[in-house]
Amino acid sequence: MGELTEKQKAQALKTAKSLSNDKLRDMYTKMNHVRAFEDKVAYFFSRGMVHGTTHLYSGEEATAIGALANLDDEDLMTSTHRGHGHTIGKGIDLKKMMAELLGKESGYCRGKGGSMHIADLTRGNLGANGIVGGGIPIATGAGITLKLRNEGRVVVCFFGDGALNEGTFHESVNLASIWDLPVIYICENNQYGMSFSAKKSMNVDDLSVRAKAYGIPGVTVDGNDIFAVYEAVKKAKKHALKTGPYFIVSETYRFMGHSKSDANKYRSKEEIAEWKDRDPIPRMRAILVETGQFTDSELDAIEEQCKQDIEEAVKFAENSADPSVDSILDDVFAPSN
Amino acid sequence: MREITYAEAIREAMSEEMRRDESVFFFGEDIGIYGGAFGVSVGMIDEFGAERVRDTPISEAAIIGAAAGAAVSGSRPIAEIQFSDFISIGMDQLGNQAAKMRYMFGGHAEVPMVVRAPAGSGTGAAAQHSQSQEAWYCHIPGLKVVIPSTPYDAKGLLKTSIRDNNPVVFLEQKLLYRKKGEVPEEEYTIPLGKADIKREGSDLTIVTWGRMVSMVLEVADSLKEQFSIEVLDPRTLVPLDRDAIVNSARKTGHVLVVHEAVQTGGYGGEIVATVADSDAFYYLDAPVKRLGGLDIPIPYNPELERNAVPTPEKIEQAIRDLMA
Ligand SMILES: Cc1ncc(C[n+]2csc(CCOP(=O)(O)OP(=O)(O)O)c2C)c(N)n1
Ligand SMILES: [Mg+2]
Repeated sequence: MGELTEKQKAQALKTAKSLSNDKLRDMYTKMNHVRAFEDKVAYFFSRGMVHGTTHLYSGEEATAIGALANLDDEDLMTSTHRGHGHTIGKGIDLKKMMAELLGKESGYCRGKGGSMHIADLTRGNLGANGIVGGGIPIATGAGITLKLRNEGRVVVCFFGDGALNEGTFHESVNLASIWDLPVIYICENNQYGMSFSAKKSMNVDDLSVRAKAYGIPGVTVDGNDIFAVYEAVKKAKKHALKTGPYFIVSETYRFMGHSKSDANKYRSKEEIAEWKDRDPIPRMRAILVETGQFTDSELDAIEEQCKQDIEEAVKFAENSADPSVDSILDDVFAPSN
Repeated sequence: MREITYAEAIREAMSEEMRRDESVFFFGEDIGIYGGAFGVSVGMIDEFGAERVRDTPISEAAIIGAAAGAAVSGSRPIAEIQFSDFISIGMDQLGNQAAKMRYMFGGHAEVPMVVRAPAGSGTGAAAQHSQSQEAWYCHIPGLKVVIPSTPYDAKGLLKTSIRDNNPVVFLEQKLLYRKKGEVPEEEYTIPLGKADIKREGSDLTIVTWGRMVSMVLEVADSLKEQFSIEVLDPRTLVPLDRDAIVNSARKTGHVLVVHEAVQTGGYGGEIVATVADSDAFYYLDAPVKRLGGLDIPIPYNPELERNAVPTPEKIEQAIRDLMA
């Protein structure tokens, strides 16, 4: 069940071989950074050590990391409430990211945003979002900037299956289509919007058919196969730069509950186990070993290093100061002349 | 008397009204098997089935607009918006459609719908999940706005809201959901537009609502040796029980308004104006004061978050300043 199909595997091997060892190392590291980061955050929440709520990305890593492996720092991205994977995929300082989760002054948002609002404008990360579908128009507008500047940059816009039913999706993709904007819309179909399954909330099986309504290409990929996601976004990027928007549905699954309080009443243990069998990290690992680009012990070392990096980030965050209450009124407006 | 939680009181109100009136139905995101993001509707789908307890896709504009459409065609919908912050996505349907239909159509339509949604900060959910936006809705003629501060009020006011023939925005308080209070077993309702004096006093009137009521009551008790404080909870902002506010102001000669919502443009201004516009003005011994939230989005860090809205310390200070 967990295996890639023969055809998929052949393609994955081919893609892996086309990439440098440095690139693959970076991708595998980021996959493991996300997993280790989320494990740590889950632990913090289970112990009541962090305030608020969080939405973990474990199980969906291949989508963010495979997609963003195609981007440079200058390219732009919008993320979601389930944004830790996108944030790490775009390139981030893990220390400042963990500090933000703990609400510290040294965090990306100086402790004012938290898990759902991490942004790093220096690296094209236009922010996670607390509003389902809220990032889709933002990505579209960023696409206008890039189109006007004509510098060969693209925007990747992530959102969930649930967001497909917000009006913002329809209005934005239509706009991008009529204006040929360089935006790659990536729907992470993790099969549920909170408790409501994509099957019940939409009367189409293949969600990518929605692209037809806007006159743009739409494809579905196995979102737990990092190489398939990588190839799909590579193609989408070419199209975005030359022609206009592109729609990708990445089929995946979240391993954890929707947020910190979720009894998982709407899905079965068997279903969760089936998807855990398709865990994108061991799948990627198997390919890297099979091509001979990495040995098991090299990959073990990467995994170990990732866990250590997260521990370092936690140490940094824990040793950071809370923001001063005196800063509470800062940053409502930007200074203007 | 038996005690139940604020969330249970809301569930009872909905269930009783659904049993009593076939035309009442309930819809929103994750309200079925999940039981709602705050567990308010746990078990309701088992009693009423998926026809009358409808899980919706994540589509707030359609939820609010469909409530208006269902209402104007003879149903009595209760729509749950998972966090009140997301009402803004359906704001056109609420403000331009639901609120205006009756007037625009020359009095020939009824739009009996309730939009229930949790409001307020204090849960660490940051800027887009923590707002108190009641003033937005109060500024739209045609909407009624209800904010219950106890389980008793929540149940009685919700039943009345469901029976009301107009759109009602029913703003629940996240931090009160698990709080218990006395609620009789027997049926009762509470009229909209009737304030409740939560504590009688003679020196100072504090007008406050939502989760601030219990905070103000605690401060009032802690200062009881120094000041006799009256705490007035309007419970419904539209319609507003202006007489109750004016009468209390006349009696005490001092008025403070406390609300969690951002102070500038907040509904506190309307309360102050109500007093200033009335003959209670001649009885005042000091200017009428407001204490609202700071003019900022709600920050994530817990200490910043606490300080973004009135705290017991700030309330005490405001009382002392006013009474000095
Ligand atoms: C406009 C809006 N409606 C509802 C919510 C509450 N909510 C947060 S995440 C979520 C489910 C989102 O599902 P999906 O888009 O599939 O993303 P996933 O959580 O599965 O990654 C809901 C209903 C919200 N944050 N914003
Ligand atoms: Mg989803």
